[in-house]
Amino acid sequence: MTLTYYLVLAAVLFTIGTVGVLVRRNAIVVFMCIELMLNSVNLTLVTFARSTGTIDGQIIALFVMVVAAAEVVVGLAIIMSIYRTRSSASVDDVNLLKY
Amino acid sequence: MTGSETLPADGLLAASWLLIALPLAGAAVLLLGGRRTDRWGHLLGTATVVAAFVIGLLCTVQLTGVEGRSVQVELFTFIQTGNLDVSAGLLFDPLSALFVLLITGVGALIHVYSIGYMAHDNARRRFFAYLNLFVAAMLLLVLGDNYVALYVGWEGVGLASYLLIAFWYQRPAAATAAKKAFIMNRIGDVGLALAIFIMFAQLGTTSYAGVHGSVGLLAGGTVTAIGLLLLLGACGKSGQFPLQAWLPDAMEGPTPVSALIHAATMVTAGVYLIARSAPVFDATPTARNVVLVIGAVTLLIGAIVGCAQDDIKKVLAYSTVSQIGYMFLAVGLGPAGYVAGLAHLLTHGFFKAGLFLGAGSVMHGMGDETDMRRYGALATRMKVTFVTFGLGYLALIGFPFLSGWWTKDAIIEAALDHGGTWGWVLGGVAVLGAGLTAFYMTRLMLMTFFGQARWGDGVHPHESPPVMTAPMIVLAVGSVAAGFLLVQVFPLSGWLEPVFGEPAEAAHVVAPIVVSVVVTVVVALGVLTAWLFVGRREVPVTAPVRVSPVVRAARRALYADTVNESLFMRPGMWLTRALVFVDNRGVDGVVNGAAAALGGSSSRLGRAQTGFVRSYALGMLGGAVLVAGALVAVTAG
Repeated sequence: MTLTYYLVLAAVLFTIGTVGVLVRRNAIVVFMCIELMLNSVNLTLVTFARSTGTIDGQIIALFVMVVAAAEVVVGLAIIMSIYRTRSSASVDDVNLLKY
Repeated sequence: MTGSETLPADGLLAASWLLIALPLAGAAVLLLGGRRTDRWGHLLGTATVVAAFVIGLLCTVQLTGVEGRSVQVELFTFIQTGNLDVSAGLLFDPLSALFVLLITGVGALIHVYSIGYMAHDNARRRFFAYLNLFVAAMLLLVLGDNYVALYVGWEGVGLASYLLIAFWYQRPAAATAAKKAFIMNRIGDVGLALAIFIMFAQLGTTSYAGVHGSVGLLAGGTVTAIGLLLLLGACGKSGQFPLQAWLPDAMEGPTPVSALIHAATMVTAGVYLIARSAPVFDATPTARNVVLVIGAVTLLIGAIVGCAQDDIKKVLAYSTVSQIGYMFLAVGLGPAGYVAGLAHLLTHGFFKAGLFLGAGSVMHGMGDETDMRRYGALATRMKVTFVTFGLGYLALIGFPFLSGWWTKDAIIEAALDHGGTWGWVLGGVAVLGAGLTAFYMTRLMLMTFFGQARWGDGVHPHESPPVMTAPMIVLAVGSVAAGFLLVQVFPLSGWLEPVFGEPAEAAHVVAPIVVSVVVTVVVALGVLTAWLFVGRREVPVTAPVRVSPVVRAARRALYADTVNESLFMRPGMWLTRALVFVDNRGVDGVVNGAAAALGGSSSRLGRAQTGFVRSYALGMLGGAVLVAGALVAVTAG
């Protein structure tokens, strides 16, 4: 079934994204990995929508894209301002908010 | 009340609430007015009490014309809840009238005296405010027509007494004495409160008429309990055994206070309570016998301790304890003794107030010295004080035809007429007490007014101003004449007849003339002994140390304080310490432990918040995997 290929691809992409979020320190890369995870989910949604013949999944995928776009705007702004104060884009340098 | 209907009041009697309101208003103005009233405060304070005396006198005159000689003034409903219905009402009957006249009459004289005595005190206005407060509370106590009103007045005089004993609160001794008086009074007050609770629980009423009318319906044990609890209250307020220790210490207050509160009025409240509750005590011979015993014991204790004191006010204080013992003995005798006891209360009010004012005058002239060993030969320096004090002294020891002679002999006769062994014991105690009274009072006279002058260099004894001597003269006249007037001219037994019923003509065990002769001889012996011990020898300026155990015991007030301390105070402190320990370690331990455990674990949990975003992400991933795994497991299973 072709369905399997799409889903396996989506799972692989999601895993790459997850691992990237967990192991990379650069905020930009972490950000891109999050985008990768979101898009792997989009791929899954679209795949199932196609296979069942309904459009619900496609609509949700559109919503995810909108949210992702908004998130990029806010997230990049935060990363910019952090970089300006700390001269670093490493997420491990931003650790003041703790116990 | 026995056999007489109580009528609603009209005319001036309906305004008898003014008696209480006037001094109360005086106290309020003086306390709230602050320093603005400093200049005329003492005059206002005196005026309110004088006005109350005039109103009381007019009310009494009007009362003689009322049928049954008892009127009631309904003021307002004080408490109305469930079955409890306490109305604030006043009862003006011969017994109340007697006390109203004593309180306002002696009170007014002492207010006048205080103007002079307290002239150099910065806080004179406060003093008069408290005196007014006291008079108002005492009048409420004797005028209320139910036990709750009496209780309010009872607590009021307790408060006023506390404030006045601690008037010079900068002195540690005065502050301690006030606290002691307050606490010992509270013990008695608890008894009175419990008695009122029992009345309400058993009878559903606290009014005199209601309680006395239905006291016969109660079980014997209940009546005895009420009687004994009332007696406990009376003992606390009147300084009777075993609660007598506060009264002598109360002499730390200014001398007019000692005269007004701790001799003439407040301490007689216990006698009033027992006389007012006569129907209760009539129904319970047990409680009545306890009253007798307490009166007899107290009159001996007071007299014995009075013999060994060197402080002039303490001697008079123990004399008061002893004389009130006589009154308790009298009212404990039942119908035969009520009138005798109240007559002695009135004459005692005159001569003891006079004696205290005289002592105050002596102290005033001697630079506030109270040790009699530093007096001596004052008779020539203070003539008016000497004569008035001397008349009070003669009245107190029962010199023939002065007031003490009339009333004390009546009590001794009544005690002997009690009959049987009891009668002989009580009569013997009373006669012995009379002899001891003669001894300690003569000792006081000799040490103060006769012998060698023993005062120091800086002391210049002088007579007090007329504003102080005038009340002393009036009281001295009262000391001379009151007994004769109350027994012969206006017989008190006739006046009090509506309250206590027709005086029964007692069968005399011993002929009154014999009693009089014996008592007079014993008194003469007491005077002679005092002269032998004190009069013909030099009085040492410091008290001799090598004395007999009896004297040592009497100097220490028969170890009353020691007993109180070891029986009540120490165990009380141990109990408090144990409770504090349990509270600190046990109760606080549990509470603090729980708080510490929560705090510790939360701060340990807080360590998980490292601030590293990636570890949060890992946590979220782990959680998501768990949830997804659980979902899969549930769906698949």
